[in-house]
Amino acid sequence: MNDYPIWLIIAVLAAGTFLIRFSFIGLTGDRPLPPALLRYLRYTPFAVLPALVAPMLAWPAATDGVTDPARLLAAAATVLVGWRMKSLLFAVLAGLAVFYGAVALGF
Amino acid sequence: MPSTTPKKAYVSGFSAGLPFLIVVIPFGAIFGVIGMEAGLNLVEVMGFSVLVIAGGAQITALQLMQDNAPTVIVLATALAVNARMAMYSASMAPHVGTAPMWQKALISYLLVDQSYAASVLKYEEKPQWDVATKVAYFLGTITPVAPMWYLGTLAGALAGQAIPESWSLDVAVPLAFLAIVAPGLRTVAHMAAAFTALLASLLLAWLPFSLGVIAAGMLGMVAGAEVEKAIARRAPQ
Repeated sequence: MNDYPIWLIIAVLAAGTFLIRFSFIGLTGDRPLPPALLRYLRYTPFAVLPALVAPMLAWPAATDGVTDPARLLAAAATVLVGWRMKSLLFAVLAGLAVFYGAVALGF
Repeated sequence: MPSTTPKKAYVSGFSAGLPFLIVVIPFGAIFGVIGMEAGLNLVEVMGFSVLVIAGGAQITALQLMQDNAPTVIVLATALAVNARMAMYSASMAPHVGTAPMWQKALISYLLVDQSYAASVLKYEEKPQWDVATKVAYFLGTITPVAPMWYLGTLAGALAGQAIPESWSLDVAVPLAFLAIVAPGLRTVAHMAAAFTALLASLLLAWLPFSLGVIAAGMLGMVAGAEVEKAIARRAPQ
């Protein structure tokens, strides 16, 4: 960890993230964007976030990579509640409740 | 139709932002804890949270550094995690694109999952609002979120080892991401994107340095876009 240029990494991530956020707001004004581009952009969060989460759930670092039923149940509850109730808050609460419930029950 | 002043919109945005604290504070704390555990000092941990303000990318970067990935891979993967924000930017642009440049820069710095989700939802409900009112609402949503993100990180970094590992705080990270995605799964195309990315990410997990995450994300985007096109072809307007 000490071998990394930490402040360079922070600076590049900060600048890069700002430019990603600024991209359309800053440069296109309120002009309409090409539909083909929007079609791909529309699915970015729905693709990138599940891709990021899948290995975290399948092989959690906290359990040294051993698949944990409590985490999988909590993930399923989060998705189901979030999808049905259209609420981020209830989704997280449901997931945490199921996780700690499952842990308490000895999963 | 009752008129809304920017001031009222700011207050209403603020109350829309409050519920996100239940996710943002623990998420910030988790980054603080694992950042210190990974060997960063307090200033570096805070530098990440204040300058980048993107928890997912920050945690991704930390994990890759602990895996000894090359710096270029650390940067590329963490920025790929933030690629979703180009989509947020594109959907905010029609609403705030005519605001003064300094406001657009401020909005860009503060464009996180929570402020985006709350604001765009409101803009769809109130298309008649003028730019100043929309900007005020956005700034309202982020006002509780951003400072508590910094403070959550600070608390986690300072408390660090005092938080017992048996609390399994780490579980909040994947749950928070899933909670962002799940309410938006409105169409078959959304689900195709999510399932393709999920499956591809597991199948490509053998690739070094989380490259599988980037590849799986791209495959998911293509799947979503193709399914949307196929549906549009089958049911012409």
